[in-house]
Amino acid sequence: MSWEKLLPLLWSNALETLYMTLTSSLIAYIIGLPLGVLLVITRKSSICPAPTFNAVLGAVINFLRSIPFIIMLALLFPVTRAIVGTAIGTNAIIFPLVISAFPYIARMVEGSLDEVDHGIIEAAQSMGSTNWQIISKVLLPEAVPSLINGAAISITTILAYTAMASAAGGGGLGALAITKGLNLSDYRVMFSASMVLVAIVQIITVLGTRLTRALDHKKR
Amino acid sequence: MSEQPIIQIKDLKKVYQVPGGEVVALNGINLSIERGQIYGIIGMSGAGKSTLIRCINKLDTPTEGQVLIGGKNVLAMSQKELLQTRRRTAMIFQQFNLLMQKTVARNVRYPLEIAGVDEEKANKRVMELLRIVGLEEKANAYPAQLSGGQKQRVAIARALASDPDVLLCDEATSALDPMTTQSILALLQEINRDMGITVVLITHEMAVIRQICNKVAILDGGKMVEEGTVDDVFMHTKSAAGRRLFGILPEQEEIPRQSAIRIVFDANAAGQPMISKLIKDMDMDVNILSADIRQLNGKSYGQMMIARPEDPVDVKRILEYLRKEGLTVEEVHAS
Repeated sequence: MSWEKLLPLLWSNALETLYMTLTSSLIAYIIGLPLGVLLVITRKSSICPAPTFNAVLGAVINFLRSIPFIIMLALLFPVTRAIVGTAIGTNAIIFPLVISAFPYIARMVEGSLDEVDHGIIEAAQSMGSTNWQIISKVLLPEAVPSLINGAAISITTILAYTAMASAAGGGGLGALAITKGLNLSDYRVMFSASMVLVAIVQIITVLGTRLTRALDHKKR
Repeated sequence: MSEQPIIQIKDLKKVYQVPGGEVVALNGINLSIERGQIYGIIGMSGAGKSTLIRCINKLDTPTEGQVLIGGKNVLAMSQKELLQTRRRTAMIFQQFNLLMQKTVARNVRYPLEIAGVDEEKANKRVMELLRIVGLEEKANAYPAQLSGGQKQRVAIARALASDPDVLLCDEATSALDPMTTQSILALLQEINRDMGITVVLITHEMAVIRQICNKVAILDGGKMVEEGTVDDVFMHTKSAAGRRLFGILPEQEEIPRQSAIRIVFDANAAGQPMISKLIKDMDMDVNILSADIRQLNGKSYGQMMIARPEDPVDVKRILEYLRKEGLTVEEVHAS
């Protein structure tokens, strides 16, 4: 394929990749963030102990996390069709992406919140905070730098999943590299699409690291 | 004058379930703390003192017993009542436990925020509190930029924000150097005196108790082995744990091989070379058998054993002389 034809394709597919990645990341965070909080606060030693609930939630999350994305995509076909109206195309892939990503995000959030010193939570308790105040004013704000860092990792993971969108007729750079590159032995398309993916991952990672550092007041 | 004690602890028991059994952290603690006191709880690590102070505001839930604050049982309170009580019973910690991602001013404002105080009023109060602890110019700094002593001052300002009746101090000076410890203790004393806040502190350091407490309880193995005014407990230490904490070595507790006179030094004997005075004034020889004296805040504390002279008249003279000098003396007979 000539560069004149390829460049606009790269651009439109990059936008499609970003659209899929960011939309599914956002929705996955809306589900995963509260679940991550629940995973932390329902532990036996935490502010809202519910060990049975914690164990069940943990098991469900582990179960969902262990299903490979490509299998999840296939398994969810009927559900996706019922919810989105179609199981094919860029919009249709957001649903399985969310289902695959939110358990991962829940664990990432759990890890970030775990880094908050238990003493700080205890101090908040001693001041008469409600559990909601502890979550919203202590646990989450104290974990912000780590949450941002985790978000950069999660987003790049979801970005990698989107490369498999072509299996469900979705678009994006991954689909471009496979359908118009690999399958047609056009290595220019394959490599250039892959390079744009690499660049996007780099940008997200660097932004994440910088933002984490800028927001962290824990170190001088 | 018989005002109700601000804190009463009754038959408090705390048992931790651990794999393969249980650990009794507190075993039947009874104590009462009067309003306006600085009450010290001292013990070695593992004595249960941390568990005890955490039971007062129910950070730990006791297995049995009662904790009454202002006559109300903390353990029987509704969640709402408990939160209100905690606001009146502030706490500071060994590790300060400040919000690391918030400025000093925001840390101090936290208790006001959760109580729903409006922002303008809260900000004014924050500056007042920072003035009290001497950290106005650090309002916009982050905790990581402060020294340990400054962090504890922020924690104290934060604790005062909710206008508490009681300040619980959980090893509040244990992470600080001696100089900083002095300044924090002075601040606690000031708060107690000027604001009438009752201070309950736990520590493993005798110096802290000596310096600011009116009353002391000694914990050992989950039990309260001694309680009383600081002077009383020091002068008449009965328990083994007390002797260890006061730096009286166990060997000296054994009955000496020969009859002796035990001299206890306390604050009254400040800086006086008592023994050399005794030798000069009485014109007699003194044989020191053992001594363990330490300096605390410029005063001498400890005890000394001197050999008991043969002549009972000499014994009487020594005893009378030392008592006149304000020392506690007693005869100790050989086994």
